[in-house]
Amino acid sequence: MHPAFSVIFLTTLIGAGQGLFLALFSGQLYSAVNLLPAQESSFYITGSVIALGLMIGGLAASFWHLGRPERAWRAASQWRTSWLSREVIILPAVMGLVFIYGLLHFSGWHPNWFGNAIPNQPALIVGVITTLAVFILYIATGMIYASIKFLQEWASVLTVINYTLLGAASGFTLATALAAWQGSGLIGFYGTWAVILTLAGLLSRAASLYRNARIKYKSTVQSAIGMRHNAVVQKSMGMMGGSYNTREYFHGASAAWFKSIKYIFLVLVFPVPLLLLWAGFSTASVPLLATAFVVQYIGLLFERWFFFAQANHPQNLYYQTI
Amino acid sequence: MTQLALVIDLNVCVGCHACVTSCKQWNTSGAAGPLFDDNPYGKDPTGTFFNRVQTYEVGNYPNTETIHFPKSCLHCEDAPCVPVCPTGASYKRENDGIVLVDYDKCIGCKYCSWACPYGARELDEKEQVMTKCTLCVDRIYDESLPEAERKPACVMACPTNARLFGDVHDPDSEVSVAIREQGGYQLMPEWGTKPANHYLPRRKTKMHIHEDELVRVDNPLKKEDIRHKTTKDVTLDDWLL
Ligand code: SF4
Ligand code: SF4
Repeated sequence: MHPAFSVIFLTTLIGAGQGLFLALFSGQLYSAVNLLPAQESSFYITGSVIALGLMIGGLAASFWHLGRPERAWRAASQWRTSWLSREVIILPAVMGLVFIYGLLHFSGWHPNWFGNAIPNQPALIVGVITTLAVFILYIATGMIYASIKFLQEWASVLTVINYTLLGAASGFTLATALAAWQGSGLIGFYGTWAVILTLAGLLSRAASLYRNARIKYKSTVQSAIGMRHNAVVQKSMGMMGGSYNTREYFHGASAAWFKSIKYIFLVLVFPVPLLLLWAGFSTASVPLLATAFVVQYIGLLFERWFFFAQANHPQNLYYQTI
Repeated sequence: MTQLALVIDLNVCVGCHACVTSCKQWNTSGAAGPLFDDNPYGKDPTGTFFNRVQTYEVGNYPNTETIHFPKSCLHCEDAPCVPVCPTGASYKRENDGIVLVDYDKCIGCKYCSWACPYGARELDEKEQVMTKCTLCVDRIYDESLPEAERKPACVMACPTNARLFGDVHDPDSEVSVAIREQGGYQLMPEWGTKPANHYLPRRKTKMHIHEDELVRVDNPLKKEDIRHKTTKDVTLDDWLL
């Protein structure tokens, strides 16, 4: 497939934003049961603003993908059958919930509903709902790709797992940098989870690379035109100047470039951020941890590019030669 | 239930592209507005087409055959492009099975084109909406046309009659009989899309002649008998004459 930058930015930005929210909320949850020190509300507010900003960026990128963005509201109508429609509904919902979550921390409204002096109980309740919505959004984003069964590189549960783990990993890396910047005591907690999630992401992404390298394609030129003969070659695709079919489904990069992107993302998403996290959280260094996030995010842009480019659409069988 | 479809006979298609041009002509002149053409007379012309004719070579030289292969939307009975559409712009008509795009609802997200294994959909670069073969839905029901012309433009244009049009759910229709009796098949059956359009395979015309058809066994004079060689040996005739 031809990787579209709009979709690359959409999926990586919202993935990181969702991950950052998960980090914020797990920090609050742990402190509610006294496993971690409670944080200033300014920490949660800043975090929510950044998470929301990332998702707004993603949403803006997605509009750029549409041919007719002025009609985008219509995309909410087919949630019964379309994962894309489900994503269109759940993304603004998550954004609204994160906004409310930040607002509750900002408001200083602290009713004591559960009795035992747990700080900020309304935000805790909204946080649970938001966490649920965040996971549904990860699943919806992954399923958009995983549900197209003849794009065999995508049609796997690993697609959904990768979207979730890689998004969460970049979010927790960002949360580590945020904790260092805000001087909060959660650097160790977030840093540890960032490392665990990055390693888990490495495992599942490596598993999908392994799987995709061994795919046996179900469609062949024989089944495409229905000719039972081993020697079938295309002599003409019916036009010479190219068409939507030749632009949308081929990545157009050279084999060497395509292959090097794989190694670039494997280095930038996993080992480099892990080293930077390790170096950064022992010294609580903001620049090191911020670099860890930036490097990992750039790596994820390459990862997403590769994800799209690697998918081999069966329609390409009809467009082998001019 | 009706399922309108095309049946394309690869045995007679000569690859003339008449269906391609007539399709473009009809669909660029309709109520939905022109189909985009970019750089039509310059270098690298490109544009929106609903139908293409491709060419394949089967076999190894000198035993090769050329296949001209027209390709358009197959109006799948289990169309994977329809449920993925987030806006409902892509739909399959209940009454005749035609798969259509509502150009006023489509947001140009391209998701349906990813979900079509055949590459039958093309985004119109100018209108930024998804387009595809409509089976000339604006023609086949037009009562101002004489009944014989209420067919898709490609079917009307084909000089070799390689394109048949009809209801593949009616067992007695011309298309159903052709599929049944001439080995009609579907493209990429492995994905379970159940394309309504079918293709008829290349067929060889052969005559089988058995030996007993060359010799009339019941001929009393054996006039047509296979001649045997004469012998140099003395025969009964030598004695008599
Ligand atoms: S050929 Fe493609 S566009 Fe046409 S109905 Fe089938 S899946 Fe949809
Ligand atoms: S491009 Fe149009 S028809 Fe296709 S899925 Fe998107 S909205 Fe639906």
